[in-house]
Amino acid sequence: MTHVSLQELTKVYPGSVEPSLDQLSLEIASGELTALLGPSGCGKTTTMKMIAGLLAPTSGDVTFDGRSVLKDKPEDRGVVMVFQNYLLFPYMTVAANIGFGLKMRKINQTEIDQRVSEMLDLVKLPDLGSRRPSELSGGQQQRVALARALIVQPNVLLLDEPLSNLDAHLRFEMRDLIRNLQQDMGITTIFVTHDQEEAVVLADKIALILDGRLKQYDVSSAFYSRPIDKATALFFGGQNFIEGQVETGVFNSVLGKMQLPAGCNNGAGILTIRPENIRIGQSPDGLNTVTASLSDKIYMGTQTRLLCQVGDSLLEVIANPNDVQEYEVGQNISLHFPRNALWVLPS
Amino acid sequence: MDRSGTLLGSGFRFLTGALLITWLVLPLIPLAIWSFAKGWFYPSLLPKVWSLRAWEYAFSDTSGVLDSLWLTVGISLAATVLSILVGVPAGRALGMYQFKGKSFIEMLILAPMIVLGIAVVLGIHSIFISMGLTNSVSGVILVHLIPTIPYMVLVMAGIFANYDPAFELQARSLGASPMKTFWYVTLPAIMPGIIVGGLFAFLVSWSQYILTLLIGGGRVVTLPLLLFNFATSGRNDITGAIGMIYILPGVIILILTAKHLSGRSGAVGGFGQI
Repeated sequence: MTHVSLQELTKVYPGSVEPSLDQLSLEIASGELTALLGPSGCGKTTTMKMIAGLLAPTSGDVTFDGRSVLKDKPEDRGVVMVFQNYLLFPYMTVAANIGFGLKMRKINQTEIDQRVSEMLDLVKLPDLGSRRPSELSGGQQQRVALARALIVQPNVLLLDEPLSNLDAHLRFEMRDLIRNLQQDMGITTIFVTHDQEEAVVLADKIALILDGRLKQYDVSSAFYSRPIDKATALFFGGQNFIEGQVETGVFNSVLGKMQLPAGCNNGAGILTIRPENIRIGQSPDGLNTVTASLSDKIYMGTQTRLLCQVGDSLLEVIANPNDVQEYEVGQNISLHFPRNALWVLPS
Repeated sequence: MDRSGTLLGSGFRFLTGALLITWLVLPLIPLAIWSFAKGWFYPSLLPKVWSLRAWEYAFSDTSGVLDSLWLTVGISLAATVLSILVGVPAGRALGMYQFKGKSFIEMLILAPMIVLGIAVVLGIHSIFISMGLTNSVSGVILVHLIPTIPYMVLVMAGIFANYDPAFELQARSLGASPMKTFWYVTLPAIMPGIIVGGLFAFLVSWSQYILTLLIGGGRVVTLPLLLFNFATSGRNDITGAIGMIYILPGVIILILTAKHLSGRSGAVGGFGQI
């Protein structure tokens, strides 16, 4: 159980002027599973390497339970990093790979063998100990890499894009495996990913990093319901952005007057709503309803995507196919914007 | 198309095979015959009388062949080990990192492969004299490093160009010290290169003549020097026997490394890399 704190962590690589990571501060509670999310090149892998001690920060500090670990060598930090391409040692058997960390800690071979076999059971690969890594599938290799990391019972576990190399059905299996093991062992876990879906399904909290800076650090749902700005909303697949003015809880724009949830500041802003939160039809009280003209309708199997024109704004609506069967392109359609689904971004 | 391509390919393979045998194996046959002959004169196709005399002499104490053999083995082994110690870090630097003056350093390292020893040996000789390194085994070992190191560096540069240093970070993160990381992770990964490069270095050192002659001052008599003495003295049978002993390591090494030299192995990739 380790509380990880990053304090104004900055990395400027030699030869470049722009920092790859700019004053990142994060508090990661003990036992929490946190995602560092951002597009490739945003500094997230740099952050992981600095936590692991594989890279020295230009400035700032990394502390575990309040103690700075910057002077600790990587092998003494109790941090294990699982790389995206697994990096199983090719000339060792699966069992030797998993036991590597224990061997480095000078634990006797009998105990290593026993713990390796327990670990193989935990990651559901009980009979593969004598194989070579090259004989395993990608998913199996990843489980071996995970077992190799967990066997040393690290204080902090770092995962680099843990789900991105897996196909859809393996992703959920691996997601459950990682979450269950992490929860059981209570290991503070940080993973990096460029895929917001991967972050959402796996993490307790997400730190969104754009251009080397922390944008927002919050629970997953907040990135959908109350993103901090338009870039954040866009990163999470936000679509509808309407400029206008907030006046005492009402948003004035091309959509007319929209009743806002409590806590929106007066002034210019951008109204946003997730496409899946817009309802078809009138609201019961007639408020927050707009008549739009349906300009396109795309059937996508489990849902239907509607593009609706209001003035010069194009709104995207995701609806249940059954609800919108009767609407034809060119027809008018009533859209209800539930008050609690609205959110105003700074313009 | 495919068929003619295969035919052309197998024809080419046959031709190169035949040429290799003509140039490499055929010249050895008279040498082998001479070592078992008691006189072999024109116009007889084969010697009239066969004998083990030359071999008995070669393995006797008086000939000095065995002493010379062990001396040569020792010098070549020492030169090989030193080449490995220099070649592994140098190959890592050239294969993995970009730095200022890299191409200049590559050129310097390659130079001894291009500029023949005989062209520069006099200059080297005068430097070695001024440093008191001539007429000694250690001086000979040192001068052998000039031609052996480039081979070692080239092979290791090829190995390291295809090597992922993240394996080392992974080992560190799993609790391995830098020494243990090298021993358990780096060394096994680069071993094929060390073996192939080491065998090259051994053979290059093994076949040095001019450098050994000048720097050794005639006091360090390695096998090629001894062989040359007998060859010029007209003892064809003894020359044949020593010649057979002399080519033995080359044959053994060729057999041992054949699979690493196929071109698919990273161990010879360095030749294309620099």
